[in-house]
Amino acid sequence: MWHYIARRIVYAIPIAIGVTVFCFALVFLAPGNPVQMLLPADASQEVVDLIMKTYGFDRPLPVQYWTWLMRAVVGDLGVSIQSNRPVIDEVLRALGNTIFLSFGAVMLAFSIAFVLGTLAAYYRGSATDRGVTALSIVGVSIPNYWLGIVLVIIFAVELNWLPATGMGPRGSETFNLFEWSHFKHVILPIVTLCMVPVGMITRTTRSAVSEVLGNEFVNTLRAKGLGELAVIRHALKNAMPQILAVMGLQFGYLMGGSILVETIFNWPGTGFLLNKAILTRDIPVLQGTILILALVFVFTNLVVDLFQTAVDPRIKRS
Amino acid sequence: MPHQSQTFRSSAARLAAGLSFAVAAALGVAAPAQAQTTLRVAMTAGDIPDVTGQPDQGFEGYRFVGYTLYDSLILWDLSRSDVEASLTPGLATKWEIDPKDSKRWLFTLRKDVKFHDGSDFNADVVLWNISRLIDEKVPHFNAKQFAAMRTRTVNIDRAEKVDDHTVAIITKEPDSLFYIQMSFWMMISKAQFEKAGSYEKYAQMPSGTGPYRFAGLVPRERLELTRNETYWNPKRIPKHDRLVLQPMPEATTRAAALLSGQVDFIEAPSPDTIARLKSSGMQVITLPYPHNWHYQFNFVDGPFKDKRVRQAANYAMDRGEMVEMLNGLAQEGYATVPPSSPYFGKPVLYKLDPKKATALLKEAKCFPCEVTLAISTSGSGQMQPLPMNELVKSQLEAVGFKVKLEVMDWNALLDVTFKGREKFPAYHAVNVSRATQDPFSGIFRFAMRKQWAPAGGNWGHYENAEIEKLITDIYNTFEQTKRDAMITRVHEIMNEDAAMLFVTHDLNPRALSPKVKGFVQAQSWFQDLTPITVGTTN
Repeated sequence: MWHYIARRIVYAIPIAIGVTVFCFALVFLAPGNPVQMLLPADASQEVVDLIMKTYGFDRPLPVQYWTWLMRAVVGDLGVSIQSNRPVIDEVLRALGNTIFLSFGAVMLAFSIAFVLGTLAAYYRGSATDRGVTALSIVGVSIPNYWLGIVLVIIFAVELNWLPATGMGPRGSETFNLFEWSHFKHVILPIVTLCMVPVGMITRTTRSAVSEVLGNEFVNTLRAKGLGELAVIRHALKNAMPQILAVMGLQFGYLMGGSILVETIFNWPGTGFLLNKAILTRDIPVLQGTILILALVFVFTNLVVDLFQTAVDPRIKRS
Repeated sequence: MPHQSQTFRSSAARLAAGLSFAVAAALGVAAPAQAQTTLRVAMTAGDIPDVTGQPDQGFEGYRFVGYTLYDSLILWDLSRSDVEASLTPGLATKWEIDPKDSKRWLFTLRKDVKFHDGSDFNADVVLWNISRLIDEKVPHFNAKQFAAMRTRTVNIDRAEKVDDHTVAIITKEPDSLFYIQMSFWMMISKAQFEKAGSYEKYAQMPSGTGPYRFAGLVPRERLELTRNETYWNPKRIPKHDRLVLQPMPEATTRAAALLSGQVDFIEAPSPDTIARLKSSGMQVITLPYPHNWHYQFNFVDGPFKDKRVRQAANYAMDRGEMVEMLNGLAQEGYATVPPSSPYFGKPVLYKLDPKKATALLKEAKCFPCEVTLAISTSGSGQMQPLPMNELVKSQLEAVGFKVKLEVMDWNALLDVTFKGREKFPAYHAVNVSRATQDPFSGIFRFAMRKQWAPAGGNWGHYENAEIEKLITDIYNTFEQTKRDAMITRVHEIMNEDAAMLFVTHDLNPRALSPKVKGFVQAQSWFQDLTPITVGTTN
């Protein structure tokens, strides 16, 4: 077990390094100059040079990369050009808000999808199965930024039940989940974000559970006189590793893929931060956010793998 | 670095908070009840503008963070809608050129003005503020703000204290328009900066003399200001208790926030939301202001170096169709500045005339006339660049042009504009909209030889001998009526030369909740929020 964990962690290191090179290069490959947004359109060369020097953009790229990497290793991602605040501070604050949203969405999705998927698998081929399958296809296919706007129009603009934007009535710093006026802000973004995971997890649950139910040992269980609920419990236990893997991946996707939804809802997470950093060409924030998100993705995969091993000992042996 | 590690720890705590609903809730703090009137504004900016003096995020930053927290020596008179906003005394009660020295400007400072922190405003503070943006050697020098202000400060040689309430600024060259630059120079508190010790710390406790005091900031989400009860101009003490500014770059998000009652005042609603906003009882306000949506031509490479081709392009424009497409949120553009500007004069107007356009193209032996236009997908002041450029393209093609649109993101287009036509000979025109607030930034920099890019804003290297002479004279003419007549003449010559492809001027739309009363929209990039009263907020 420990050997397996160690091996997985070692595998993660080159991926992480690759990610740092990629996100550093990406930003400099984009057109335009990193300090453009700080300068008036008709700034003179003298001014451009001064600013490039102030932010260290005048040095050769490999040197810039190395300096950045060495500082990043100890948790210093530099200072935002826009807000003058440490990038690590901004990214972690935003990451907390995004994890909150993604975790909420995956949990909500899991509760719905687990029930639907199991029902569909148990009543395979029935109307229930077809209904659930149709629903999961709809969930996967609807673009969530579109759904977000539609939900805002219905519930915020027309019905005026829920707020359209923001995290709490006075910003994220005073957010309190247990107060209704704050909690209201969470509902639309979480519902919007959970649609794709509902679809994915339902499909996975359905196929995993029905596969297990088709196995011979299920016949043996029934032959032993076990009740149907107990049979399903056995089936679920066997299907669990697959479902967990999909959940983990979905969580990872939501962490990195909620730019549009966070922008629509003005939710101060990493997607929102990335959007702002792109609009204002805030290079240190851009690099820092992409790096942290990539690391979270790598880390989530690692945790899911290890968790699967714990649930299903066969993986460890293979 | 103890400070750094502490923020790291607190961030880690927040991260942990996000990990579980229960922990997040445990750390939550109840918000205090609101019993005061609050004006909540949704800005188009991507982020909260810099609060430490010269704001970033373009003129929107000046509008909401600059002239609220701070004052400049000279302010803009934003109290009326019927004329284009002009200058008015601010922290200086009077300004004049030294009768004995055409390079020495004298500013008489307002007495008994205090910063929000209680320190005095006087000549020493003004000198300190000037050095902040021109002298690299002083500890309070700010490189970013220096860069942003450089075009306005480049002619300053030095500043001197005459007495406690008089400051002299000496320019390198005589410049009859220099005083206008001082209307963009925010005066920050020296005492407060010294207490803070750095711009990073000062950003958490900024102090100016403006009608609003700083009350708090959630990074990238909201800036809160409160009324300055002791503002030096009693007429401009805000009529609401609190002002909350939120960046919301998405037009849909802003409209939804207004309609759902989360904000009271939004900037730049998109044309397709106007009907919906009006039907919900929102006030939609439009007014001309100094803005120009146009193309700057390449005068060296390609067909536009021929005046007839430039005129043909102008005759091809059906500007009425453009205004209609924008649901009336723009006015037809026939010159560099809108007709309400004091410098408009009597320019040649290229009204729609497709036949004449085709004839001119044939005469210039450019038929079909292939041109490439560099355009952006979005950007400050660009309005709806994609559909607008498509329309321009179809109108140009109707008279015999063959148009290729080179689409790029805003930064890339700024880069093209900044480097000039020399680096990009394949582009025959660039579509970068501009503020035309003062004669230099609105007119001269697109016409002067000295401003040929990359040195300045004259992207396509336009040149006219008469304009050169006029501008030199303008800078040496200190009598305003005479000078204004000459500026008007420059503006007229640019039309005679068809120096740009004139298309439209934005009408600066904003939408207000019915609870908001008393707002007077000025013909300016800046606006005064202080007279606004707000009904009780939900």
